[in-house]
Amino acid sequence: MSTTETAPLATKGAAAPEEAARPAKARAQTSIVPRSTIAGHTLVAVVAIMTFLASLTVGAVMAVRTTAGQWRADVTREVTIQIRAGEPAATDAQVQLAAEIARATPGIAETHILSAEETGRLLEPWLGSGLDLGDLPVPRVVVLKLDGSTPVDFAKLRRTLSDRIPTASLDDHRLWSQRLGAMAEGVMIAGVVLLALVGLATVLSVVFATRAAVATNRAVVEVLHFVGARDGFIAAQFQRHFLKIGAEGGLLGGCAAAAVFGAIIALPRFSVVGDPEDPTFLAWLNPGIWGFVGIACAVAVVAFATALTSRVTVYRTLRTIQ
Amino acid sequence: MEHLVRFENVGLRYGMGQEVLKDVSFGIAPSSFQFLTGPSGAGKTTLMRLLFLSLKPTRGLITLFGRDVSSLDPDEVAVLRRRIGIVFQDFRLLDHLTTYENVALPLRVLGRDEASYRGEVTELLGWVGLGDRMDVLPPVLSGGEKQRAAIARALIGRPEFLLADEPTGNVDPTLARRLLRLFIELNRTGTSVLLATHDIALMDQYDARRLVIADGRLYVYD
Repeated sequence: MSTTETAPLATKGAAAPEEAARPAKARAQTSIVPRSTIAGHTLVAVVAIMTFLASLTVGAVMAVRTTAGQWRADVTREVTIQIRAGEPAATDAQVQLAAEIARATPGIAETHILSAEETGRLLEPWLGSGLDLGDLPVPRVVVLKLDGSTPVDFAKLRRTLSDRIPTASLDDHRLWSQRLGAMAEGVMIAGVVLLALVGLATVLSVVFATRAAVATNRAVVEVLHFVGARDGFIAAQFQRHFLKIGAEGGLLGGCAAAAVFGAIIALPRFSVVGDPEDPTFLAWLNPGIWGFVGIACAVAVVAFATALTSRVTVYRTLRTIQ
Repeated sequence: MEHLVRFENVGLRYGMGQEVLKDVSFGIAPSSFQFLTGPSGAGKTTLMRLLFLSLKPTRGLITLFGRDVSSLDPDEVAVLRRRIGIVFQDFRLLDHLTTYENVALPLRVLGRDEASYRGEVTELLGWVGLGDRMDVLPPVLSGGEKQRAAIARALIGRPEFLLADEPTGNVDPTLARRLLRLFIELNRTGTSVLLATHDIALMDQYDARRLVIADGRLYVYD
């Protein structure tokens, strides 16, 4: 179609020739779907809250996993021999014998017989200070440190001890280790369930917001159909907005969660009464570098899940307004 | 000659109601001009909706550019619509886009770079007399200007077939005559035109084929 020869509707003074003569340069294009028609602020807040909760969960799970791992390592690096209290001289001899047997066992790096003072300190939280332990039948404890490289045959050690010292018992802390492992696994499962619930709530919020946005922009969608837009093009117009909303909300929530964990990490340093060797009870909640990486991943996943959910929802809605 | 559009015994009913179109059969040849007319409620709008693939017939066969419309998937419908220009009586301009952006919309949905079509759009806007209204939002335009913007949007993709639903319904007789001249001019460049109107005076100004709908049946006067 040539439009240069005739201009049936052109009026005098129209600026067309001048405009046409202008060099072609890209001008900023208005968004086809107006941002004001999408409940942006509300959805940003919802996504931010959901990301905050998801990030807290990820960080807490990572912290529990790391801390439980450290505790398990600490616990399993050490075993103890307990000798029930009896006649003092005989008990002392049994303690020395137990230490000798332990030293002769491959894989034991060090043995330490707890003195009466050390035993007293261990019992202080339950019995109070200033108590004369001589009056009580307190068992004696030998602490064995493992070298970590050679596996220790605990069954053989246990047998030898019970054969030669009937009042001795070996505690390798396996029960504690198993309990810690079970607790860490329980927290992980609870975390995964929480993440799934938070994810579902986010997806449902985005589905409702997208449906509302498409309904509000039904006239725009119809015009786009009439001018030959494919569903993919129309979905992309909505997806762009929702990706931005997801990224904004995700960053807000993720940064807030990272700030919470940052404050927990910094807390013992600023504690007035805290002993550096005995940090506040929250210090174990340090998620570590992988916790922060997990939070960053949660932000990215939320942003892309928001965009993807809106795209799928737009596709499904478009099928009803062909 | 191969028809752009072919209707064979087409019938359409909404839900379980009576048929609003009955046994409609006709063809539209390339580079042809025809008026579609008939009393209100006779089925003009329904026929237009069938022509721009907004509805599917409940019976009969419609072929558009050689394709049976009943077998098209949504993407194929989109591709066929790019070969059809549509002008609505109520303009259907997007109020948040400028006149320039509204007219450029069919090229934008093709994924073309804005710089690549700027010359075409400004030239066409000049041709329809809106060269100085490019950056204005539709709510500021007069009825006639909106109609010309809608026509420009329908033409920018160089359609093979132009459908205009009461394009002169909201303009004064002088502008109606000028719009008719525009459609005739367009038809001379090879585009088939179907102009739906109930304005007898307008039809009398140009000797063209008439498709008349009455009580859901179509009568063709060549």
